[in-house]
Amino acid sequence: MFKYLKQLTSLVAMVAVLFTFTTESMAAKKSKTLKNTQKKGFVRCGVSQGLPGFSNADAAGNWTGVDVDVCRAVAAAVLGDANKVKFTPLSAKERFTALTSGEIDILSRNTTWTLSRDADIGLTFVGVNFYDGQGFMVRKSSGITSTSQFKDGISACTNIGTTTELNMRDFFNSKGISYEPVAFEKADEVVAAYDAGRCDTYTTDKSGLAAQRTKMKNPDEHIVLPETISKEPLGPVVRQGDAVWEDIVRWSLNTMIEAEEYGITSSNADMMKTSDNPAIKRLVGAEGELGAAFGLDNDWSLRIIKQVGNYGESYKRNIADTGILPDRGPNQLWTKGGILYVPPAR
Amino acid sequence: MNFKLKDIVPQLITVIAVVLVFGFFTYNAQINMENRGIDFGYGFLSQESSFDVQFSLIEYDGSHSYFRAYLVGLLNTILVSVIGIIIATILGVIVGIARLSPNYLINKFAAFYVEFFRNIPLLLQIFFWYFAALRALPLPQDAEAMFGVFFLTIKGLYVPAFIWQNFDIFFYSIIAAIISIIIIRAHAKKVQENQGKQIPVFLISIGLIFILPLLSFLIGGVSLSFEVPVLKQLATTSFIYEGGVSLPPELIALTLSLSLYTATFIAECVRAGIQGVGKGQKEAAASIGLTPNQVLKLVIMPQALRIIIPPTTNQYLNLTKNSSLAAAIAYPDLVLVFAGTALMQTGKAIEIVSITMFTYLTLSISISILMNWYNKKIAIQEK
Repeated sequence: MFKYLKQLTSLVAMVAVLFTFTTESMAAKKSKTLKNTQKKGFVRCGVSQGLPGFSNADAAGNWTGVDVDVCRAVAAAVLGDANKVKFTPLSAKERFTALTSGEIDILSRNTTWTLSRDADIGLTFVGVNFYDGQGFMVRKSSGITSTSQFKDGISACTNIGTTTELNMRDFFNSKGISYEPVAFEKADEVVAAYDAGRCDTYTTDKSGLAAQRTKMKNPDEHIVLPETISKEPLGPVVRQGDAVWEDIVRWSLNTMIEAEEYGITSSNADMMKTSDNPAIKRLVGAEGELGAAFGLDNDWSLRIIKQVGNYGESYKRNIADTGILPDRGPNQLWTKGGILYVPPAR
Repeated sequence: MNFKLKDIVPQLITVIAVVLVFGFFTYNAQINMENRGIDFGYGFLSQESSFDVQFSLIEYDGSHSYFRAYLVGLLNTILVSVIGIIIATILGVIVGIARLSPNYLINKFAAFYVEFFRNIPLLLQIFFWYFAALRALPLPQDAEAMFGVFFLTIKGLYVPAFIWQNFDIFFYSIIAAIISIIIIRAHAKKVQENQGKQIPVFLISIGLIFILPLLSFLIGGVSLSFEVPVLKQLATTSFIYEGGVSLPPELIALTLSLSLYTATFIAECVRAGIQGVGKGQKEAAASIGLTPNQVLKLVIMPQALRIIIPPTTNQYLNLTKNSSLAAAIAYPDLVLVFAGTALMQTGKAIEIVSITMFTYLTLSISISILMNWYNKKIAIQEK
């Protein structure tokens, strides 16, 4: 009898696993991410393992960054409190599996929107919160000032599991340069290896380069080359199959951008309720019934603006003031020469 | 009848439970994947991979298929495992014997080595060798040549490449040498059994393995030249070596850490094996006039090996599986290339992880079978 005790315990363990699995799959079948989130009381958000300006945790475990703010905005809209977010740091390799398996409900982790990701692997991209492009960083002392000075045999450090690996190949192939790709799983290791001199250049999204440069031993010794070798529209991602949740995340992001367009900030949002402009009144919930479509109350967008701020505030707080990319470049509103343009909230 | 039922029922229940659980998981996974619009299939293996790999034993670039990328990763895993197993075995045997040395210094040094390296997590050791030890190496332009032709730099170890002429003749000469050694050994054994005469097999073997290849150089038209790595400037402060063979620092760090770590366990297996042979055996052997070397070779080792082999097999398996930690330091093994990059680019998580698991299973079972065969061969044969 004792012989079977061991088998019995493992059987019990299996059944326990089984039950958790069942509840998960049924929730997905009914597409009720929103309901689940409200029941749990927090938004489950997948972020990076530490990319200053986008998603980075301080010593006390507080997450900040523009990617983090998207999740906070959703939490403010859905739960009424921007702090009710559970952040899960993910490597580039783990991120999609974590989302499709239901471990997280939003992936806001400087993720490039591409056709194959959108179509193939059960994901839906809801928008773009940062327009980026891949670039190269080199040591100043190398004397390289342009990618045209790259020569055969150059070694390039990068992350695995990103579009970077593919762009890098396209780039070096089109230039006919032979190169040595050195691909690590974690960004910190890429930086450490490049910083130590293992590679001649470090390639990733330019925002990432700018952010990681601040982590180097001596940031002033490195420069980011002017060339951009790819389009990298970064944005939040949700699981395919829950249209309502998808809309909530999309319009939480859009609200932040549109709020900036109309000059609504976290400090003046309440006063804007009495504005003459109906578009502004709709955004702060003083007119129309915009929240009802998502099953939310009418103050959902006001809460986002008050608790998280508009896109401009988020950018300034996380990216400009930290010295990562003071110039907004393409991430400026369309009215100010950038390409941020979102559909109207009405 | 009653006895049989008691035997069968628990087995039957276990089988049914296992089938049900697996069936449920498969079914659930299917439903979930369907709901989320994920296709299942292995068709991606023939698609173009479109990513490059740093280090490959076969010709590969992004224009090859994902299957080829899989092979690249698999071969790199096998490479690091085989080198690791060889070094760990040699080192382990030396340290294991050293631990039994009557010499206080050797004995304590071996004990210190074992306790130090086996008690630090392997991942930390890998990081240490890669980030601390190898990073302390000079940049290519500052590297001093070792023996005039080796360059150990932060970008890797550059060694001269061999350029052979008529390599096949050289190769055959070595084969011929090995075959003749085997024949001579068999003959020597027979002579000893029949006439009690001893033929100096070892000296003859050494002679053969040197003389035959040497002859192939002198009269077989074989020649060998070296291509020495040459420093090449890429930019003001950026250099590499060209020509020759370069071993990436990732490979060096991984092999080093894996073999240093596993050698400690093998050393303990060896020590246990030798100590497991009764003292009387050694004394009996000495009393019939065998030299200490003969005692070790003819009496102690054959018995010790039976104790050493099974646990050492475990260590070989561990080393092979531990090589998957390569991903942490950018060595393109199976996990990094296939279960990493390929998985990300295709999103075929279930397919790729299942292939990877099955591959490791096959590798491990192959090692097991090989070692079990060897174990059986050296086991006591009842006469």
